[in-house]
Amino acid sequence: MAEQPANKTVPPRSNARVIGWCLASVAGMFAFGFALVPLYDVFCEITGINGKTSGRYESTERSVADMSRTIKVQFLAQNGPDMPWIFRPVARSVEVHPGEATTVNFYAENPTDRDMVGQAVPSLSPSEGALYFHKTECFCFNQQPLSAGQNTEMPLVFIVDQDLPSHITKLTLSYTLYDQGEPQAAVTETTSTTNKTIIDNG
Amino acid sequence: MRVHAQRVGALLGGLLFPALSMADWTVNMTPGVTGTSNDIFNLHMTIFWICVAIGVVVFGIMFWSIFAHRKSQGAKPANFHENTMVEILWTLIPLVILVIMAIPATATLIDMYDTTESDIDIKVTGYQWKWQYEYINEDFGYFSNLTTPSDQIRNRQAKGENYLLEVDNPMVIPVGKKVRFLLTANDVIHSWWVPDFGVKKDAIPGFINEAWTRVDKPGTYRGQCTELCGKDHGFMPVVVKAVPEEEYNTWVADQKAAAEKERELTQKDWTMEELMERGKTAYATACAACHQADGSGAPPAFPALRGSAIATGDMAAHIDVVVNGVSGTAMQAFGGQLNEADLAAIITYERNAWGNKMGDMVTPKEIFDYKNQQ
Amino acid sequence: MSAVAGTHAQDHHHGPASGISRWLLTTNHKDIGSMYLIFSFTMFLLGGTMAMVIRAELFQPGLQIVQPEFFNQMTTMHGLIMVFGAVMPAFVGLANWMIPLMIGAPDMALPRMNNWSFWLLPCAFLILVSTLFMEGGAPNFGWTFYAPLSTTYGPPSTTFFIFAIHIMGVSSIMGAINVIATVLNMRAPGMTLMKMPMFVWTWLITAFLLIAVMPVLAGVVTMMLMDINFGTSFFNAAGGGDPVLFQHVFWFFGHPEVYIMILPAFGAISQIIPAFSRKRLFGYAFMVYATGAIALLSFLVWAHHMFTVGVPLAGQLFFMYATLLIAVPTGVKVFNWVATMFRGSLTLEAPMLFAIAFVILFSIGGFSGLMLAIAPADFQYHDTYFVVAHFHYVLVPGAIFGIFASAYFWLPKWTGYMYDETLAKTHFWLSFVGMNLAFFPMHFLGLAGMPRRIPDYALQFADFNMVSSIGAFMFGATQLLFLLIVVKCARGGVKAPAKPWEGAEGLEWEVPSPAPYHTFTTPPDVK
Repeated sequence: MAEQPANKTVPPRSNARVIGWCLASVAGMFAFGFALVPLYDVFCEITGINGKTSGRYESTERSVADMSRTIKVQFLAQNGPDMPWIFRPVARSVEVHPGEATTVNFYAENPTDRDMVGQAVPSLSPSEGALYFHKTECFCFNQQPLSAGQNTEMPLVFIVDQDLPSHITKLTLSYTLYDQGEPQAAVTETTSTTNKTIIDNG
Repeated sequence: MRVHAQRVGALLGGLLFPALSMADWTVNMTPGVTGTSNDIFNLHMTIFWICVAIGVVVFGIMFWSIFAHRKSQGAKPANFHENTMVEILWTLIPLVILVIMAIPATATLIDMYDTTESDIDIKVTGYQWKWQYEYINEDFGYFSNLTTPSDQIRNRQAKGENYLLEVDNPMVIPVGKKVRFLLTANDVIHSWWVPDFGVKKDAIPGFINEAWTRVDKPGTYRGQCTELCGKDHGFMPVVVKAVPEEEYNTWVADQKAAAEKERELTQKDWTMEELMERGKTAYATACAACHQADGSGAPPAFPALRGSAIATGDMAAHIDVVVNGVSGTAMQAFGGQLNEADLAAIITYERNAWGNKMGDMVTPKEIFDYKNQQ
Repeated sequence: MSAVAGTHAQDHHHGPASGISRWLLTTNHKDIGSMYLIFSFTMFLLGGTMAMVIRAELFQPGLQIVQPEFFNQMTTMHGLIMVFGAVMPAFVGLANWMIPLMIGAPDMALPRMNNWSFWLLPCAFLILVSTLFMEGGAPNFGWTFYAPLSTTYGPPSTTFFIFAIHIMGVSSIMGAINVIATVLNMRAPGMTLMKMPMFVWTWLITAFLLIAVMPVLAGVVTMMLMDINFGTSFFNAAGGGDPVLFQHVFWFFGHPEVYIMILPAFGAISQIIPAFSRKRLFGYAFMVYATGAIALLSFLVWAHHMFTVGVPLAGQLFFMYATLLIAVPTGVKVFNWVATMFRGSLTLEAPMLFAIAFVILFSIGGFSGLMLAIAPADFQYHDTYFVVAHFHYVLVPGAIFGIFASAYFWLPKWTGYMYDETLAKTHFWLSFVGMNLAFFPMHFLGLAGMPRRIPDYALQFADFNMVSSIGAFMFGATQLLFLLIVVKCARGGVKAPAKPWEGAEGLEWEVPSPAPYHTFTTPPDVK
């Protein structure tokens, strides 16, 4: 069966070269599929798609508060599946001026009889506003361990950018708290263990 | 036969006049009851008629060619086979038509993205397989479950008027107010749709989406979940009641009072009979979808409760499963979804129904303490 | 399709081996083409049977035949089998049979790889179908397998599903490489690119699309595999992932995939319409450009499947405009087909009937596509039966009718006998009526508000669902007639001449019918 009837003319290009190019493209596109993951994050950060808020905001200049505008920032909190913690914002909403740093707290309590670790995942609506919402300090940057029965108030410090488009008057920030299982021995007490940060866009 | 003839007539009529709407043979989109849904409807009809016009011209020429240029009619083939001018023409003309379509579409879309201040904010959370509505400025919320009885679905009973489109607790909104929906999901992606409002938005776990509506006509509006979310995707309807503002305010006050009463219920002393009675109803809405009304379950995903090790075993373990769920399985943590009275009633019911004869009971107060101490 | 494409008196070269080893070990493009086509038809019947289960359940409101869990498995498997098992292999089969004959090549460029790429397919589908018998059942999350329903909440068989997708992806990629190498390297002297038949052109472009997107599909299922089994969080919000990312990556594959399923049909139709119009294809060059333009644009429109997930305004507008733009090259193709028929000399044999139905019904699918592209209106259409109607109009009279038209067109070349024209016309008319009866009412259902992928529905949808089911049963049963026609044709009948169609042009009609086991061992002269 193997006999390949010989064509009299030599092919203009070698098959090996075509296969080589094709396989390179296949490998490239496979890699591209995976590259879409970080690319998507970058894209989200630039455009604010999907309400993904960016990571810790490092202010380069002292921002001046724009006292002429008031923005309502509304907070939502919910638990992921099978997360038994009590989790809610201390204040339902606050009114802020663009440019001023504001601190709010979220209350979390672990009512179970086992030590647990939670991770809050932020999301902002309208997603267009995500570009203009800067968190300088957030409990969502790190995992939050709570031992059995313990409760805590977790801080969030944020600045609404002065460049927030004028048609946006209200921002809704939502946190979903997920169960991350048992705390590991190395990280028990402190919340500032940065190497446990698994969410770099939070 | 007459009925059938009428139906065929209706069908043909429907094909000819898509704007015509009939009880059963509905062939077109609803114009709906909001500005957005009307805009969408007009857009839909505009594009539809443009398509019909293009179709008539193109297919007209084609059918004429097929008819007139048949070989059996003695047609001799012409020789032409290219013309750049014609090609450019039929590239540009569709382009112009598309621009004409895009202009109203863009305007409608911009309007849908209106972010001005709303009067009422409602958080909508999708669960497998129910919706939760939370009135976040009023501090109350509740779940909205399908109420169509299983007997109707399984064809053991005549189907009701709103078969599969009826719920125990519909969302209630006032007419004439801008209502903002904040959508998210607990488990998988769901999608919240009310055709009459022209609102459809995905509810995505971990993420928040928003949509808005302003309904001018009081009434009950029905929709469904439109993103495949598992077994009972077809059984989680959306029902919204739009009521006059005064009625809405009364309703809100009632809801707040009811929420307060639930808290009192927790403190009340319950008898076994009361718990069993309440448990039967609560079980039917919260548990029967998976574990079945007779506790037989649907193994392996949904274990049977009749004679099960959990329901006939240690009380503390039973409470733990119901309140905290079983991670990695379909068993959700109901602690956050149901009030203490319902949790206590369901657990008591499961231990004493379908031949399970544990004879013990747990009170709402005990559940309350369990949830707060553990 | 052809068990007879075998020994021929004038064949001076080695004929096929006998027995099972002929099929297991063959490197002959005609044998492999036949195997692809037979495999595809088998899958078509299997996927069709699942569609019958779906339509039987939806015949009346209420749950009567299957449970919702199994219903979801049926919709999922029906989609996967039809896309990856029926339509794609059928086109690869046609490519195997016809591309070497059309460009004057003795065989495909990579005959051994050709054999592998075929035999991977039965393996992949054996795995996929076996999931039906596993604990927890087959995949039940729709053919689009959106995370997290398919990852965190997927059945245990999901891993096997992923493995099957990997294997069929490898098979498709090997098939595509083979087509590219064949078209680029094996053309007879004088067969320049712009002289190639349209079918070869569309397949070349399809092959590039396959190379570009099948690895992305492999990537996305690999990410799923890692999320399920290795604790990563690509699509799991709890670990910092994003379920919407899944949809972006999936549709980056998914939209070009739609064109992978239709471009070869465009090519085949562009062969058939001129043949039965007895007139050259109008605007050949523009047909090639239009195909290329469709392929390029297909990479820029993926998010039109995701208008309701919360894409920002600017994104919505971009994807809406880009999607509308695809209508332009698609329109050019339709206009050129009409111009080809215009002032021709038409006869209406079965291939032409299917081709004309293709043009009309595919255009209707195109129109509903145009409506779906309008983002605000899509908020009402999205995930309703309107979408189901749309893509079935594009795929059934598009891809499937394209395949039937090709099969009737080339059957005489494959078997050496003419098929039964009366039966073939019956097949056409029953398919045509059944198909429209099944899918046209779905437009109404969707507009009236019926979501897709539901096992039971509200009472106002009952009447059209019944009509649709009747149409579907009719269409399904009719396909057995096709089997009969092909078997009958393969077993004998009126001898077919080398060129059975008066107006047909191309190298494939210069070899005898049936095509000898080895053809063009000496390259033909291309004028």
